[in-house]
Amino acid sequence: MNFEAIKVIYLTEMARTRRTIMQSIISPVISTVLYFVVFGAAIGSRISEVDGVSYGAFIVPGLIMLSLMTQSLSNASFGIYFPRFTGTIFEVLSAPVSFLEITVAYVGAAATKSILVGLIILITASFFVPLEIQHPVWMAAFFLLTAITFALLGFIIGIWADNFEKLQFVPLLIVTPLAFLGGSFYSINMLPEIWQKITLINPVVYLISGFRWSFYGQADVSLWLSLLATTIFLGGSLAVVHWIFKTGYRLKA
Amino acid sequence: MAPILSVRDLEKTYDGGFQALKSVSLDIQQGEVFALLGPNGAGKTTLISTICGLVRPTSGSIHVCGHDALSEYRAARQMIGLVPQEMPTAPFEMVGDTVAFSRGLFGMKPDPARIESILKDLTLWDKRNNPIMALSGGMKRRLLVAKALAHEPKILFLDEPTAGVDVELRHDMWRIVGELKNKGVTIILTTHYIEEAEEMADRVGVINKGEIILVEEKAELMRKLGRKLLSLSLTEPLSDIPGSLAHYDLKLEDEGRSLVYTYDTQADRTGITSLLTDLSQAGVRFHDLQTDQSSLEDIFVGLVSQG
Repeated sequence: MNFEAIKVIYLTEMARTRRTIMQSIISPVISTVLYFVVFGAAIGSRISEVDGVSYGAFIVPGLIMLSLMTQSLSNASFGIYFPRFTGTIFEVLSAPVSFLEITVAYVGAAATKSILVGLIILITASFFVPLEIQHPVWMAAFFLLTAITFALLGFIIGIWADNFEKLQFVPLLIVTPLAFLGGSFYSINMLPEIWQKITLINPVVYLISGFRWSFYGQADVSLWLSLLATTIFLGGSLAVVHWIFKTGYRLKA
Repeated sequence: MAPILSVRDLEKTYDGGFQALKSVSLDIQQGEVFALLGPNGAGKTTLISTICGLVRPTSGSIHVCGHDALSEYRAARQMIGLVPQEMPTAPFEMVGDTVAFSRGLFGMKPDPARIESILKDLTLWDKRNNPIMALSGGMKRRLLVAKALAHEPKILFLDEPTAGVDVELRHDMWRIVGELKNKGVTIILTTHYIEEAEEMADRVGVINKGEIILVEEKAELMRKLGRKLLSLSLTEPLSDIPGSLAHYDLKLEDEGRSLVYTYDTQADRTGITSLLTDLSQAGVRFHDLQTDQSSLEDIFVGLVSQG
């Protein structure tokens, strides 16, 4: 293993975060605070409790998941797209670095950033609502799995995209709607019956449900189903990345 | 001595069906400066990119210091530094950081003293804490050389090192290549500036339409294919070449004031002595003479247009 290469790619990516601290760290925090003000205070005051949890507290896991997914996706997709766009990727591809090492470094850096953002949001939320985490180990597991899975997905998008529009397309038009409709702000039990069924196609439902269970012990779907869905998602992303590197798709002629 | 780089029957057909390399075989000796000449689209960059691992070969083999470039890519790539034709740089990164990054990519421990000496050699040390976007075009090119040298490669590829740079920079680049050669680095450069190959190279390869059509010592190439011109400045202008001189390859130029004789340096007899005798018999007098050797450029144009 070329650990030195993993280290320099990882650190360079993290240095990019430091340079862009405003959009990397501060803006997700501000938008989360806005969610709390709008959903938690304004609307939440009219919704007393969801499954015995105050609405403000109920949305915290969903909000963290939402940021975790969108941040992992945008960090990872931009992290690999930008060197492709500027052409500096040639250096990585002509170095004695394996594809596994490249993926670990870029995806690891993107996941680290989104985990930092997620933790900051968790801390921010604790100032607004009383939080309890019943199953911290499970919470950490879902946290990590989601960050890594969506960073992998972002990595794939960053390799697939050949312009900035495509780079924005998947996050904006697919992942954000799925995240909003996946129960970030409501329990799917609140939906009409037919929508409860349809919603189960949405993979994000399982992530949020499992994550929320780790906080309050309540879930829309069973824990094991959540874990299974997340793992399948992770496995699928890994398979696509493997295929990309095997064929050199969009990286090598 | 075994070649430091050995390419055998290398073929590359792109997905679109375009065959960029047709059975290319090439050996590069340690310590030499090899110039790969060819017109645009001849396959120069494809060849370099394939050796460096940026393009997958369709068939054939590449060995770098005895290591197979595909199955032993780590060992093979460790030997190679690449300065690409375009100047891709991450605009916001610092000069010093990006050179250290390049070194790390090749799995080498940080070595600030080494980075310092590379940056000083390329007169970039003062700029080490500047973002790359603040550099001029010439500095960026030097920076790319610095990045390629950060892992102390044995072979350096320079793809069009002086494309679109001014004269001063071009001479600067020639100086850098000279210094690297003195340090024992093997250098392979592509160019379509013939004077560059003439200035720097020990050997010259000509590639056209994906085929290596010639590999030759530069001096030998110039000697072999070089034609020389003997120009005589005539005392009295001539309107026609006298009939007694018709069997010489002569041309009148400059409104009859100069007579140009083309001869082959390789021939046993250049014919100069008999020409001069015949000239004086024909009563043609001259007050000055000079000879010109055809440049690599003329040779090159001749070769490529044949194909």
